[in-house]
Order: sequence, then structure tokens, then C-alpha cells
Amino acid sequence: MIDPRGLRFAAWTTTFVLAVVLLTQSAELLAAQAAVFALGSRGRNPYARLYKRLSRTPPTELEPAAPPRFAQLVGLVFAVIGLTGFLAGAPLVGLIATAGALAAAFLNAAFGICLGCEMYLILTRTKTKGVPA
Amino acid sequence: MTGVWVLLVVLALTTAAGLVHRARNGRVRDTAPAEHLRDVLAQLGAQPGERATLLQFSSAFCAPCRATRRILTEVSELVPGTKHVEVDAEKHLDVVRRLGILKTPTTLVLNGRAEEVKRAAGQPRKADVLAALGQALP
Repeated sequence: MIDPRGLRFAAWTTTFVLAVVLLTQSAELLAAQAAVFALGSRGRNPYARLYKRLSRTPPTELEPAAPPRFAQLVGLVFAVIGLTGFLAGAPLVGLIATAGALAAAFLNAAFGICLGCEMYLILTRTKTKGVPA
Repeated sequence: MTGVWVLLVVLALTTAAGLVHRARNGRVRDTAPAEHLRDVLAQLGAQPGERATLLQFSSAFCAPCRATRRILTEVSELVPGTKHVEVDAEKHLDVVRRLGILKTPTTLVLNGRAEEVKRAAGQPRKADVLAALGQALP
């Protein structure tokens, strides 16, 4: 179970980083964000850990870690596609994939909507649908 | 320069999508009185409230479901003759399909005859639930 405030902080930071990637088309920065996503998918998102270190108050509520971790994995996929685009000389691919990750991060940060989490639920639901009641 | 445009378009579209979602989420809408759902409640092992029932469909990994549970429990304690019934959607997929439940939390407001009169997809505001009951109750 994790602190949702750390997740929001991570989402804002991710939004900011990906915005800079769009503006600079920097493959290095996108690679760094991809590394952050990879760590996040294992529950070690550095932005969230930074928040934990800085926050003065204990969390008032916690939420399950599995859906956000899956969401980070989805972000990683987008980041890798984007990185491939930038490195292979297809900057439009890089921009669009980065934009996709940015959209998800911004939705999460500003509106509390976690698209990756929704995907996780749909996947787990279809997996268990075959189980007799 | 392209990056600037992409950024602006993404932020604009995402903001629009987010605002639409926020406007619609948790809104308590009228539904035409369905056939009464006493059999559904019996299947779920629950008794309807005398005057109204707040039937909540929840699932795991659902933070708004927990918040909705708090809200509906408080409302059911405030308004006499009202019962809050919470259902695990994943354990009752047949009911979910029959009632057209698409996401969790979804709250159905049933009247004294266990007919659905309103529903809200997403976490409702407490004031909206109270207002809905005010309309649904005789």
C-alpha cells in the first residue's frame, strides 16, 4: 500500500520532464525518464521516494500499489517507443509517443485519473472472468 | 518548434478530456424505474431499505469505492429507512451485466419498491446523494 500523494508528486514531475522532452527532443532526458518508469514499475519510483523524504506529514490514506506500478510499465513502453523514434531519426514517432506518456501523466497529476490503473483493472477482470462463480 | 505545438495540443486536449470527466463523474442521474430489483437484492443476500436503498457496486483496487462507501454509509445513517448495500462487482458479474454497470463505483438509488430511480457512476458528492434521496422518497 502506498501514499497517493507521492504518486501525484511523481505524476507532476513526470509531466514536467516529458514536457521538456517535447520541447528539446532530448533522447537523453527521455532515456532518463524511461529509467524512472522502469524503477517505478518495480515500486521504486525515484520521484515518489523523493516526496517521501520531503513530506512532513504521514499519509491520511493509502492505496494499493499494483495498479500504479502497471501504469509505470505502460509509461515505460511509451518512453521506449519514443526513444526508438528519436534515435532512429523518426522524431515524429518520438514526439507522439512522448506526448502519449505526457497525456497520461498530466491526467493523473491534474485530474487524479490513472489510465494505466484502469487498464490494469480491465486486464485482471478478463483474466478472472473464466473462473466459475 | 514542432515540439512546442505537440505540447500545447496535448495539454489542451488532455485538459478538455479531464474537465469532461470531472463534470460527468459522480453525477447522480435519473433512470427510468426499472423492474423492481428485489430478486437481485435477494440474490446478493441483502434486504432492501424500507424507504430507499443505496446499492453500491465496488471492486478491488478502487480508492473512489472506499470514499463512496464512507459517503453512502453516512447518508444511510442520516436518513431513516435507508439502507446501504455494497456489492463486489467481480463476484456478481451476471448482475453487473444485467444492470449495465460499466465501472466501479456505481451507485444505484432504489425507492421503497426496490426500483432503480437514479444512478451515479463514479464517486458521488454527499449533497447530491441526499438530494437524490429527497426526490426519490415519498
